[in-house]
Amino acid sequence: MEIIIYGIVNSFKLILIAFGFTLVYGTSRLPNFAHGAIFVFTGFVAWIMMHKLNLPFLPAAVLALASAALVGVVIYQFILKRIRGMSMNEIIATYAIGVALIETFRWLGFKGTTFTLPVLREGVVFIADVPVDYQRLLVVAIGIVMLAAVWAFTKFTRTGLALRGIAQDERAAMMLGIDADMTGTLAMALGSALSGLAALMLFPLGSIVVEAGYNTLVFALAVCIVGGIGSWGGTIMAAFVLGFLQVITVTYLATHFQMVVTLAAIIATLIIRPSGFFGKHKELEERV
Amino acid sequence: MKTGKRRERIDRGIKVRSDGLYALSSWREIAYLLAPRTLLIGGFLLAPLLLLLFPYWQKVLLIVCIYALLAMAFDFLANYVGLVCLGGSFFVGVGGYGAALLNKYCGLAPFLSIPLAALLGAAFCTLLLLPCLPLRGVYFAIITLMYPLMATRIIEAFELFGGTNGMMDVAGFANPWIEQYFLVTATLLLLFGLRRLAVEDLGLVIKGIKDNDQSVRASGINITFIKAQAIFYAAFLGCFAGAYLAHVYMWAGLSMFALDFSIIPIAATVVGGGGSLMGAVLGAVLLVPLSEALRAFGPLRIVVYSLILTVVIVIKGEGLLNYLARKYSQFERWVEI
Amino acid sequence: MALLTVHGLGKKFGGITALNNIDFTIDEGEIMGIIGPNGSGKTTLINCITGFIRASAGKIVFEGRDIRGLAPHRIVNLGICRTFQIMRPYASLPAYKNLIIPLYSPRARKTGGWRGGGRHGDRNIIALDLLEEVGFERESKVPYKLAGTLPTGYLKRLELARCLALNPRLLICDEVFSGLSMSEIASMVPLIEKLNRSGVTIIMIEHRLKELFRVAKRVMAISYGDKIVEGTPEEVMANEKVKEAYLGA
Repeated sequence: MEIIIYGIVNSFKLILIAFGFTLVYGTSRLPNFAHGAIFVFTGFVAWIMMHKLNLPFLPAAVLALASAALVGVVIYQFILKRIRGMSMNEIIATYAIGVALIETFRWLGFKGTTFTLPVLREGVVFIADVPVDYQRLLVVAIGIVMLAAVWAFTKFTRTGLALRGIAQDERAAMMLGIDADMTGTLAMALGSALSGLAALMLFPLGSIVVEAGYNTLVFALAVCIVGGIGSWGGTIMAAFVLGFLQVITVTYLATHFQMVVTLAAIIATLIIRPSGFFGKHKELEERV
Repeated sequence: MKTGKRRERIDRGIKVRSDGLYALSSWREIAYLLAPRTLLIGGFLLAPLLLLLFPYWQKVLLIVCIYALLAMAFDFLANYVGLVCLGGSFFVGVGGYGAALLNKYCGLAPFLSIPLAALLGAAFCTLLLLPCLPLRGVYFAIITLMYPLMATRIIEAFELFGGTNGMMDVAGFANPWIEQYFLVTATLLLLFGLRRLAVEDLGLVIKGIKDNDQSVRASGINITFIKAQAIFYAAFLGCFAGAYLAHVYMWAGLSMFALDFSIIPIAATVVGGGGSLMGAVLGAVLLVPLSEALRAFGPLRIVVYSLILTVVIVIKGEGLLNYLARKYSQFERWVEI
Repeated sequence: MALLTVHGLGKKFGGITALNNIDFTIDEGEIMGIIGPNGSGKTTLINCITGFIRASAGKIVFEGRDIRGLAPHRIVNLGICRTFQIMRPYASLPAYKNLIIPLYSPRARKTGGWRGGGRHGDRNIIALDLLEEVGFERESKVPYKLAGTLPTGYLKRLELARCLALNPRLLICDEVFSGLSMSEIASMVPLIEKLNRSGVTIIMIEHRLKELFRVAKRVMAISYGDKIVEGTPEEVMANEKVKEAYLGA
């Protein structure tokens, strides 16, 4: 029972972490390797807002989300826009920017486990005799709300439809008058904000550490690769698979095997089926 | 109508003259041909002597060589084979642990353990990367990024080879002169060896795979085998560097799988200019001393590197060496159109 | 004597049947044509024979050996060479260096490749000879130009030269005439005839029927993955199903 409940919570954690990455890649074919850095960035910005500017949590959170989105826009406008289409350069540049961001925080002295964000509501509920705190429930709730919101956004709004159009066929969409740069910027802003949202939800469960930047990136990549990069349904499925896998590993083995299992999942998926287990299998590789 | 101007590039006379056999008839032309190489070889061979004056920079020279080797490996894989490897530190770690094991458990002296660790390590890396060889582009980059992380976590989780403490008491070099010259000569030999390989028939096949792998398959060549060979050469360089480091630091540990060994070589290649291997070396020669100067700032080093890397990629720099080579062999002028 | 026998070959992409139960035989020394409308599965058929795509069913027997499921390079090394419809040169290498790669292959080294060039001799010189053979002007700069800068006519010849370097038993040409001018085709046809006379069996996929019928004595037509008819050019052209496939019902 414990495994099931914590597995679900953990899966939603992974969904929150990975969804921003998938969103950006799925709509604009941009691999945002600065994803983890933005995650940490949002956490620290929120902390700074609260402790240096003495803002309450909610305004600080909103400002932090806005700044995360801004970072996404800046990365797109100043970096990705110029190297779009060269996938290797996109990866190296976003990764380098991410590393720069994370290491800047380390340099500024944000080390150790002294930085924490408050939970929205203290307390524990018992579900089938398993204690679950409110924050974890909130993670699940926010996860569901976010999925629904993104789904509705891409399904019913013009901008959302434009995003989907670009995702399916960039040239055709451009011929119909959709601005690829506009949607790219939007996707980066949205993706970064989602990463920030994940940070605001997850950091209260522990403390803000710079290493989380790298781990988040690995988790996001793991979910996206196992699910097939850019496939939303696949991402959700993969988040559940990996989420449960991690919880089971932690329960029966030890905490530090969690990462081993995640990494092994990435490597195994790429070797066995690079397009992901839940993504649409592309036979492109086979075609000559 | 508006008349514009266009920049025209023309080969210098001396470049054209020294292309043919006639170059041998004049000292000027021979000097023109030999100057860049002499500068490189001479510079590297003389550098340890100069350091008599500045003992602190001795280690820096070693690190320059180490990063030059790693940058060459990255450049070779990325620009000759077309595989972008973001996990150069995996090679370093494997080589380092390999040398430490050979030294501690088989009692081999550094001169044996380094080449042997490089060979065995390269074979080991090639074997591990073998299933990834059909992958291309982004996928290969991601999976290579995962390998060093995976290695670190496995060593931590199973407490292998001393776990987080690493392996202590690896034998060092008896004499700093031997230490210096061993690495410097090895770097030069590997650099010119790899450059020679690239123009041999095997090198052409490797380039062919980058251009058009299907066509190579249709030519009856097993591309997986060729790619594996290419990975082996690159891994050899990386493992050699790692094995050497283990003997210099007299220690092999988890930090050999660290990010520095993956990122700095990439930065060096991008800054120096990819595609010629020389550019990678030049990049290492420029960036490593810069990094030493920034040592006091700790993590700021990586920040600076990453920013340099991003800026160079974004402004589409051709790399320093390619720029210099162009200036050396061509002149430019503005012509009306 | 049958060189290649294809029996009941089938290929499905997901739910779509690209090839369905194809049977044919090609004898040693023959030139056979394969025709069919766009998308009828001609290139898929070749990809299956040469191992670039794994066929889902059937047998491909070459010189008494089932080669279905072998890797492409193994099939090439048995002596089945193909050209690509969309030319695949090594754009960053000079034209003659393009041929070093096939000359380096195990087949060329074992059998000697084209005039023994794979085994002994300077591969560069052999490559230049080979280019001259397929119609590159030796004294000009063309063989030394980067392959990426060459026009279509030369690239098609380069494809052919790549196959010749491998000393093929069976040559499969995927639309070598398409995209060429009439005069270029006129110079290509004798080349193919000459090859055939020297003992190479050839399968040609073509849309240029007039030129194809000059060289091919036997033609097979396929449509929507099914073999419709096989026979002499006259028989095939007279067939109602072929007319239907090309012109629509």
